[in-house]
Amino acid sequence: MTASEFFNMGGYAVYVWSSYGIAAVVLTWIFISPILNRKSIIKELRMKYRQQQRQQQESPE
Amino acid sequence: MKLPAIVHKFSSPKNFYTMSGKLIPWFTWSFGLTLLAGLYYGFFVAPPDYQQGESYRIMFVHVPAAWMSMFIYMVMATSGAIGLIWRIKTADLMASASAPIGAAFTFLALVTGSLWGKPMWGTYWVWDARLTSELILLFLYLGFIALQASIEDPRNAARAGAVLAIVGVVNIPIIHYSVEWWSTLHQGATVTKFDKPSIHIDMLIPLLLMAVSFKLYYASSVLMRARGEILRREQNSRWVKEVVENDG
Amino acid sequence: MTPSTGSAFVALIKRDLMLSYRHRNELLNPLLFFVIVVTLFPLGMSPEKIMLQTMAPGVIWVAALLAAMLSLDSLFKSDFEDGTLEQILLSPHSNAVMVLAKIISHWLVTGLPIILLAPLLGIFMYLPDDGVTTLMLTLLLGTPILSLVGAIGMALTLGLNRGGMLLSLLVLPLYIPVLIFSANAVDASLAGLSINGQLYFLGALLVLSITLAPVATAAALKISTE
Repeated sequence: MTASEFFNMGGYAVYVWSSYGIAAVVLTWIFISPILNRKSIIKELRMKYRQQQRQQQESPE
Repeated sequence: MKLPAIVHKFSSPKNFYTMSGKLIPWFTWSFGLTLLAGLYYGFFVAPPDYQQGESYRIMFVHVPAAWMSMFIYMVMATSGAIGLIWRIKTADLMASASAPIGAAFTFLALVTGSLWGKPMWGTYWVWDARLTSELILLFLYLGFIALQASIEDPRNAARAGAVLAIVGVVNIPIIHYSVEWWSTLHQGATVTKFDKPSIHIDMLIPLLLMAVSFKLYYASSVLMRARGEILRREQNSRWVKEVVENDG
Repeated sequence: MTPSTGSAFVALIKRDLMLSYRHRNELLNPLLFFVIVVTLFPLGMSPEKIMLQTMAPGVIWVAALLAAMLSLDSLFKSDFEDGTLEQILLSPHSNAVMVLAKIISHWLVTGLPIILLAPLLGIFMYLPDDGVTTLMLTLLLGTPILSLVGAIGMALTLGLNRGGMLLSLLVLPLYIPVLIFSANAVDASLAGLSINGQLYFLGALLVLSITLAPVATAAALKISTE
């Protein structure tokens, strides 16, 4: 298959490439969102632990 | 019914977290390799179909996506049942982590089926048995997600979701059979050709490669989601504090 | 000395029927909805006899589905709100059996009237007599299924705010097989074809629902009442 045949997909380019394109977008999003989520959870928990430590240090006084 | 002690050992959130951490890279790399192999074979080795020309190549996404939509629902219902019966938290997590991934595959099966149908039948939607069943499956997934989202307590949300998923699993074959039966009655001109192209070996191989790659993708994604939720739920335990501290 | 499960079962049905009788105005609403929805179709499409006749089985059955779903609200809500439901679940009798009792009394005051209204709607939609008979037969087999499966959904969404919308999302997909086979049975009988297969299928669904739905509903109720 030549490069132009590849992109043209026998005239069905729109359908074939939209399908693969949408699949790529959806699957990438589903894969990446837990990764981003993890980063924000760790950040959130770090702040929370620091707050807790500070509270513990303050209370005995 | 008592489970062997080893199950309890591996189902502790901490062990699940550690073990999945080791598995995820392996799954991700294998996914990448099989994906590339499947795509290469599907575009450069598999010949054009004598009836549908090049458009049939959508099948390499459409069919594995549809297979995954069913497979993930089974996993969701099974892990939900395990969580419900034996009260294993990690099973609950697997069920709720699976739902958005399963819904995504169902959505993809519908969209790619629609895009495949347009050049074939001239319309974006056809009430053929497979697409109609997929649409109903999407409703079942969305119902599960909505139900869990509307219950605040995570334990109750998991249990309610599990009951719903189990009811859904019993109903899926019934719904499929009913829709197929209904579709054969009204078939008329729209004879579905979604299972033809008569499956040439050079078309079967990329199909199976894509199916395997999607399974590996699911394994990676579900474990990543479950781990994130574990960190949140076990945040007061010491091992989570260590993880957070040591994290890059 | 605790009463036997059998007599508790009957007692619960009697109590629910009495309560329904006291609130009989509320029961009318889903039935009126049923009738009104069907009348919308000629108004929205055309009053032409052939068109309405063709649409009749599907339209009447869809309206029945929606009316059955609306009627689910009266199934566990009031007992949930005044604490009776918890008492029933705590009783020494099997929860699934008690739930079945409640579903039966619910069907008697919601499903049964739907069946009795069918001839009227058949008249509105120009449905011939054998069509009406088949319609009533499918409703007789189908409405209990709708109550049984609907009970599961109702039990799952019991404690939630605005659980009503979620209930439709959960329950309507599960109603689809009943719709397909019932509407088709009526169509087939109008064409003079056999309806045995459809009726057997509905019968099978009914038996499956009677055995499994009360169990699932009881499990869901325990979750919702915590």
